[in-house]
Parts: sequence; C-alpha cells; structure tokens
Amino acid sequence: MTGKKSMAPYLLIAPAVLVLLFMIGYPLLYGVNLSFTNMNLMHFRNYTYVGLTNYFSILTDVEFYTTAWRTIVWTVINVFFSVSFGVLLAILLNRKLPGKNFLRILLMLPWAIPQYIAVLTWRNMFQAQYGTIDILLNKLGITGVAWLSDPFWTFIACIITNVWLGIPFMMVIALGALQSIPGELYEVALLDGAKSSQKHWFITLPLLKPVMVPSLVISSVWTFNMVNVIFMMTGRTGDNQTQILVSRVYRDAFTYFNYSKAATFSVIIFLILAIFASVFIKAMKGGEGVYD
Amino acid sequence: MKSEYFNKQDSLLKIIIIYTVLIVMAIISIYPLLDIVKISLRPASSLFTSDLNIIPKNFTLKNFETALFVRPYGTWLKNSLIVSLISTVLSVIFSITAGYAFSRFRFKGRNVGMLSFLLTQIFPAPMLLLPTYILLRQFGMINHYLGGIIPYIALAVPFSVWILKGYFDTIPRSFEESAYIDGANLFQVMTQIMLPLAMPAVGVVLLNSFMATWNEFVTANIVFTDTELHTLPVAIFNMTGALSADWGIFCAACLVTAIPVIILYISLSKFLIGGLTLGGTKE
Repeated sequence: MTGKKSMAPYLLIAPAVLVLLFMIGYPLLYGVNLSFTNMNLMHFRNYTYVGLTNYFSILTDVEFYTTAWRTIVWTVINVFFSVSFGVLLAILLNRKLPGKNFLRILLMLPWAIPQYIAVLTWRNMFQAQYGTIDILLNKLGITGVAWLSDPFWTFIACIITNVWLGIPFMMVIALGALQSIPGELYEVALLDGAKSSQKHWFITLPLLKPVMVPSLVISSVWTFNMVNVIFMMTGRTGDNQTQILVSRVYRDAFTYFNYSKAATFSVIIFLILAIFASVFIKAMKGGEGVYD
Repeated sequence: MKSEYFNKQDSLLKIIIIYTVLIVMAIISIYPLLDIVKISLRPASSLFTSDLNIIPKNFTLKNFETALFVRPYGTWLKNSLIVSLISTVLSVIFSITAGYAFSRFRFKGRNVGMLSFLLTQIFPAPMLLLPTYILLRQFGMINHYLGGIIPYIALAVPFSVWILKGYFDTIPRSFEESAYIDGANLFQVMTQIMLPLAMPAVGVVLLNSFMATWNEFVTANIVFTDTELHTLPVAIFNMTGALSADWGIFCAACLVTAIPVIILYISLSKFLIGGLTLGGTKE
C-alpha cells in the first residue's frame, strides 16, 4: 500500500501536467528560441540564428515604446473605470431596494454575452453615419467623431467597449465582498454618528481591499493581454496607432507572418508581466490581515 | 411604510438618485443586445437607416432564415460542440485527478507544481500562441479538431485544478479513511466517495470550462482556417470581415448563438459566483 501510495499522486497529476508541458512549457521555450532566429514565411524551414538582432531592432524602434506606453495607458484606464463603476454599482445594490434583483441581472448581462459577439456589436454601433452611437451623438448636435477611421477615436471606442465588458465582473466580486462585511460594524458607526460618506470611506473601502486586490491583479493582466477587443475592433490589418503589445504580436504573426519578430515581442511582454506580477504579489502580502 | 421597503437611513432624494444611476447603467448594459435584435429584424433593403426603434416598422425574420439555413450554421454548431464538449470533459477529468492529488497527498514537487499551475494563469494564452501555432503545424493539427481540443484542455485545466483542490480540502478525510479500512482502492474512493461529495465544485468547473472553450476566438481563428471547420466564434467574426458585411444576417446569427448562453449564465449565476469562492477559505 505504501509503495503504491508514493507513486499515486504522480500518476494522478500526470495527465494535467503533460498537457500543460506540451501546450505551455514547450511553447514557452520554443518561443524564446525563436526570438533568436530570423524565421518568417520566407524562412520557415531554413531559418538561421541571428543572435540578438530582433531584440536590438525592436528596442531601438521608437514605436515599441509608444506601443508599450499605450498598453500601460490602456490597462490603467480600463481597470480604473471598471473597478470604480463596479464598486459604485455594488454599493448601490447592497441595500434594501425593490426591483434590485432584476436590475442586478440586467447589469450582469455584458458578462453573460459571449465576448466576441459583444465586441462585434459595439463595432457595429460605432459605424459611421448608420451606427447607433453616431446617430445619438448627431441628435445631441455632436458630429464628425470618426470612431473607426481615426486611430485616436478607435482607441477610445476600444476602451469604452472594454470597460463595458469589465464592469460586471468587478460588480459581482465587490457585491460578494460587501455582503460578507458584518452589519454590526455599520451599526456601531451609526451610533458614533458617522455620516454615509464616512461610513464608506472608513469601513467599506478598507474591507473591500483584500478581496478587490487579487481581482485587480487578475483583471490588469487580462486587460494587458486583451487581444479580442483590439483585434476585432480594428480588423486583421488594424492601424499601428491603435495596437497594444499583444494585439501587435497577434497581427505581426498571423496577418504578416513575421514569426521571429512576434516571438521576440512575446518574450519582452513576458518579462514585463513577470516584473509586474512579482511587484504586485509583494505589495499584496503587505495588504493582508485587515481584521487584525 | 417607507421603511418596509428601503433602508431606514436612505432619504427619498437618495433613493431617487440611486434608482436613476442604476437604471441608466442598466440601459447602457443591455443596449447593445437590443441593438442586435433591432438590426436582425430589419429587411436588407432598409439596413442603412437612422431609425432607432427597437422593432423596425417593416420587420422580417428573413435574416434568421438566411443565417440558419442558407449559411452552414449547422456545420459550425457541430464543430463548436465537438471541440468544446471533448475538451471540457477531458479537462475536467484531468483536473479532478490532479486536484485530488494536490489536496490529499504530500509529495515531492507538490508546491512547485501548484505554483506553476497558478503561474500559467498569470501569463495567459496570447503570448504562447505563436509557438503553439508552429508546434501544432508541425504535428499536422492545423485544420484538425485536435488542434483546438488540446490547447483548450490546457486553457481550462489550471483554473479547474485550483477550484477542485480547494473544494477537496474542505471535505473531511474521515470519509475516505473508513472506506480504505473497508478495503476500497484509490479508484473506488475517488469515483464513489469523493466525486459525489465534490459535485458542486465539479459543476462550476464543467460550466466554466465549457463557456471558456465555447466562446474562444483567438486560438480558433488561427487553427481552424478552413470554412468547413470554423467554430461559431470564427464563423461569426468572418461574417463581418467582408467589405459588404451583411449586418442583418450577422446579427441574426449572433442572437441565435448568444441567447442560450445568456440564459444559461444568468440562471446559473448564483451557483457560478458561489463556486468561485468555494475553495477560497482554505490554503
């Protein structure tokens, strides 16, 4: 029994580990290897090693820095707005309110709609002239916002879509956290004469923090890596000025077949995210234990 | 009277403001869905109109007929079902065994193993996509169901393992110990004792994996380039790609595809959200 038992856990985890090694571990190493070659559609089989050439060409290209900066702006704006709206809605819903369950279901819809359908619908709504948003803006007397042809407005359109997609997740997480805050805390605060705003600032937000921080990290990484929204909004050959790092990789690799350059980009993104994650995990450890 | 329905501290003005904000946000969140309904009901001749009514004046179901019967919707549905169902079932089986091992056994490499499962979530799929593509191409899996199924298993497994491991942790060991004393083996303990007890978590993981793979676009778009093998997300995306995108047919196809998913999600949302925090309390 003991001899069998020592092998058992390895046999049990073997299938999962093998799939992950094959689909994540190996591609990771392969990608690093690829970044040192010149593989593209012309040199698919007879590629050669070119050392750090790809890294130099990317890191000396101004466009890399503008894209990286755009990715940071994209992540910060998206996460900020989806968390703010999500927490606000959760606070509003977390009280006695007739019809609140119905409103909650309506507010969760963006989460339930398949993401690709939602994005393509938004793209349709942003169409010039016949798109719903242009029609509404025209009625308000605002004309000439070139949503899908001007890179700046395309980027704004992507942000609006992505915030819309992100709010329900944050709302649901925050609502769950709010419901776990003991009601007595508020009663005590009420007895001490706290105003409503003070109540939220000193009780609700500090107690939300431990639940929200992990969701914040996860959604930052999701947003940083959001190919769907950008790729679907801008199409297969989207303008450089609307791309973030990952959508750039996706397009370079699968529209322009420039494999080695895309692989180099991937390695650089990987390093950026690794640094971000380790800094954040350290910061998170400092945030534990609010009840102590 | 008032206090029966509302919090005592909430003044009338505050209640009005709260309702206004919630209703405006609710309209914004459902509007895109209403927009697809509207466009799907329009005849092709009046596609380009600035009419904002939800039910157009000359509404028609022609778009639905075209989307479902003229286009090979059945084939795409079949492809989506094959890829999603097979990868979901396999990933859940792999996750149950791995989650059980992480929960019940103390073995060398356990901590490293669990940490690597978590790390795969921090560095998600898009960055691995290109090497994966080249790898699948070398194995001849491009335009082959396996080219979707294998990456999807890898997509679903890490999250499922963590949820299941957390849930197994909450089940007392005494159940299994008495079974072992009665002479049951590991396989019997897992299938006859642990699995029935872990059903809530298994349900969450099944549903989550199915949804994730059912809606997956980024991988499917590069693996299934052959129209015959398109899954629904790829097929629907490609409806918008052509220069003269037919938005009416596109919207009809979107609705037919999205409504079952929306109903499933909303009706199971309590269960799903509860499930996400199931294992959260223990290490």
